[in-house]
Amino acid sequence: MVKTTPFHPRLAELNTTQLWSHWAGHLSASQYDIAAKHEYFGVRNAVGFFDASPLYKYEIAGRDAERFLGGVLARDIRTCRPGRAQYTIWCDSNGYVLEDGVVFRHSANEFLLTAAEPNLSFLQNQIGSLEVVIDDVSDHYAMLAIQGPRARAALAPLAPEVNELGYFAHAQSKIAGSEVTISRTGFTGDLGFEVRLPADNALPILDAIMEAGEPHHMRPFGDQALNILRIEAGLPLIGAEFSSSRYAFNEHERFTPDELGFGWLLKGIDDDARPFAGRRAILAERSNSSSRWKTVGISVNPREYDELFYGAGLIPPKDEPPAAWETMLYDEDDERAGYATSYTYSPMAQTHIGIARVRPELAAIGTTIHVEQTVNHVYTTSPATVTSMPFYRPERKTSMS
Amino acid sequence: MTDTNRYDAIVVGGGHNGLVNGAYLAKAGLNTVILEQRHLVGGAAITEELYPGFSFTTFSYALSLIRPEVIRELELVQHGFNPIYMPTSFSPMENGDYLLLGPDRDENIREIMRHSPRDADAMDRYEHDVARILQLIQPLFDRVPPNIFGKSEEDAEDIGWLLGHLGSAEPKVIHDAVRLITGSISDFLDDYFENEALKGYLAASSTTGTKVGPMSAGSGLVSLMMMMGEHDGHLGSWSFHKGGNGGFTQLLGRAAQSFGAEIKLEARVDHVITKDGRAVGVVLEDGTEYLADVVVSALDPRQTFKKLVDPRELPGELVESIDRFQFNGTSAKVNFALDGAPRYPALGDRTDHYRGFVSIAPSVEYLERAYDAAKYGWYSERPYLDTCLQSFLDPDMAPPGKHVMSCFVQYAPYHLKGSDWDTERQNLGNTVQATIESFFPGFGDLVLHREVVTPLDIERVVGLSEGNIYAGDFLLPQMYFFRPAPEWSQYRTPIEGYYQGGSGTHPGGCVMGAPARLASQQILKDKAAKS
Repeated sequence: MVKTTPFHPRLAELNTTQLWSHWAGHLSASQYDIAAKHEYFGVRNAVGFFDASPLYKYEIAGRDAERFLGGVLARDIRTCRPGRAQYTIWCDSNGYVLEDGVVFRHSANEFLLTAAEPNLSFLQNQIGSLEVVIDDVSDHYAMLAIQGPRARAALAPLAPEVNELGYFAHAQSKIAGSEVTISRTGFTGDLGFEVRLPADNALPILDAIMEAGEPHHMRPFGDQALNILRIEAGLPLIGAEFSSSRYAFNEHERFTPDELGFGWLLKGIDDDARPFAGRRAILAERSNSSSRWKTVGISVNPREYDELFYGAGLIPPKDEPPAAWETMLYDEDDERAGYATSYTYSPMAQTHIGIARVRPELAAIGTTIHVEQTVNHVYTTSPATVTSMPFYRPERKTSMS
Repeated sequence: MTDTNRYDAIVVGGGHNGLVNGAYLAKAGLNTVILEQRHLVGGAAITEELYPGFSFTTFSYALSLIRPEVIRELELVQHGFNPIYMPTSFSPMENGDYLLLGPDRDENIREIMRHSPRDADAMDRYEHDVARILQLIQPLFDRVPPNIFGKSEEDAEDIGWLLGHLGSAEPKVIHDAVRLITGSISDFLDDYFENEALKGYLAASSTTGTKVGPMSAGSGLVSLMMMMGEHDGHLGSWSFHKGGNGGFTQLLGRAAQSFGAEIKLEARVDHVITKDGRAVGVVLEDGTEYLADVVVSALDPRQTFKKLVDPRELPGELVESIDRFQFNGTSAKVNFALDGAPRYPALGDRTDHYRGFVSIAPSVEYLERAYDAAKYGWYSERPYLDTCLQSFLDPDMAPPGKHVMSCFVQYAPYHLKGSDWDTERQNLGNTVQATIESFFPGFGDLVLHREVVTPLDIERVVGLSEGNIYAGDFLLPQMYFFRPAPEWSQYRTPIEGYYQGGSGTHPGGCVMGAPARLASQQILKDKAAKS
């Protein structure tokens, strides 16, 4: 039986479409009313909230907590000071990515890790002789993401701490009588915050936030809008860009951090004092230049796209939900160049965009790549350009005012 | 005179077409200056804080027809292009009911069925037939019109293209297009629908900006023009730009400057300097001269041919054509700052119907009666209102909890019989407010501030003759290869080096950018041919 999140009674009232998907065993709204696209615009131009409660959450504490996480996580946990959070990944010993998540550091020895998939036994199995305790607190907390240019203005009357929160910082606050943790994080590539709050007081807190957001046109947004937002932000999604190497059947289903564009997380990998799982394999991959792929953005050349469809007597489709499958890419010689793992029309970029894996020699910005299209039931291609990501990056995402 | 006043090209007018023109010319490497009479660029597409905290789109208020080519070629996305898609259309009815349409086809069918089960599938047929017409006409918007009177090889090629394009369409599509373009929108809709509310909603845009009623032949043409736009692949859909249409023209200005164009504000051009039949520059009203071999007027045809140059330098037939060119401004704006959201009784406290246009056009007859007044030189007692509360989609337009409301008013003829607009301005405001009040009881109590913009104000402030928002009526004899005059639809003028590239040229008015894009192509082609 699928579960509902602590916010569900209120969200069920708000979800006039009654369209739900299943996410981590919970009902998750696909879209709340007539147009997912409008929820998207609501986030980009005002503020929206998203129920992220189904995320798994682990409290990791103890004298050796930092040392433990330093060995598990591929990003250097020592650079994450108390009051800060880090986007991070963890790898297997062959240097393939297992999963990603966000780790919050509350004090020298107290951390909280969020992840899209369950990880308790995996984490506990890595403890060995260290003095670390890991608790699954997934159901203790609900999580609400408040995202968009008005996010700060909407939350400030309830939690003035947001005015001082830098990008990826977090602070304790009190909303509707409950202790909450607010972080300057999110999955939209916009100004935004996430509130972690006690599940048993979720509804009063949600009501307070909705009331505070009302003059700013705060509205809920669902999976569909989130997917467009996160692709514009160039943010990878487990299940789309990659899945855990632990469950791969062959080498086509596992990827290294460098292949996934996570190289930036590995800062300091040359330091022997950072013995995380997969490090030696990744170092070998680098010294042998053996990466098979590079992750890039692709931006479809809009003129050729339009001409392709108009030329066939059709109206160019630009309003499909993000593709739920891989989109094949070809090089100038019609050889396979790779594939887009996420692909959507972007209102901000005014063209189709994708997060793609291509052969390393095709990864230079400006390279032309040909994207599979179906026109009149026949496969053809239209040209796209390799670009950097994110596709949309407003200054407000990281700025202090 | 200093060398600093010498340019390769001068664009007269910093409205959206002037900015687009200047951007294209500068992008092509021409040292270009755009001269704007006011303290801000944008012409009729501006956003002004006329009441503290409230941003008004004083004149033009929504975006649809801007050509995708302009967005791409001028790299507008990189400069902050940010349209906000409008998902709903709300039409209150006189019996207190309403028609609320959104982006979900199936929900729309159910909503239409509430009013007429017969019209539910008629809507699909109508939308499909219209899409086919749009598909046929759209390519004409991206090309210089053929000179059907010309005898050159190039003219023959252009005419050949047109005939080939039309010849490749299905007979039904051509026939539908002719029915729509030459007929009345009322007759066209009667072929599909029976419900008055639905027909009123669909007919409403046929009345905008032009002196025709929905039962007049030619109203179909206006309707077609209003559907020629697109957003994200949805033909005929509309959006607000972030920061209103002024937000859009500000970014056009930034784009033009990034290509190297200079923008000079409060630079009101008096006339074009000509020498031996060719343009060599312009003189401002303050006497400053700017010199260039290319001068482009982004003003309307009356300004272009009768004010900026001496009509005696032009062929008599062209001057006569311009004299006959119909302006007939019939539109006004009333903009409100509101203390909160209006309440529509049948929807209680809901506000989700304010995410797009709110159209006061409950029936074709309502619209036609509104037109009756204009025929006899007066404004409608119960006008058609195309209103929107932009702050619902773009909260930066008004303080939290408050709203800004733009009301486009049709009909308000420029020429009033027995009075004048300086006398009638507030009466018009009262008429509009009373009309809204009749659908939204309590509306008046929300009004914090009201700004009435008559056709005379449009002419005075923006410079559009007779306040015509399209720089000339959308009438068949004023479109395509007749816009603005036979033989002069290709952006050139009889004066060498003097070009026209405003909304008075093909394809016409609305924030489209197409006239300027095509004019700049013509200018660059002529320049290349010369060198």
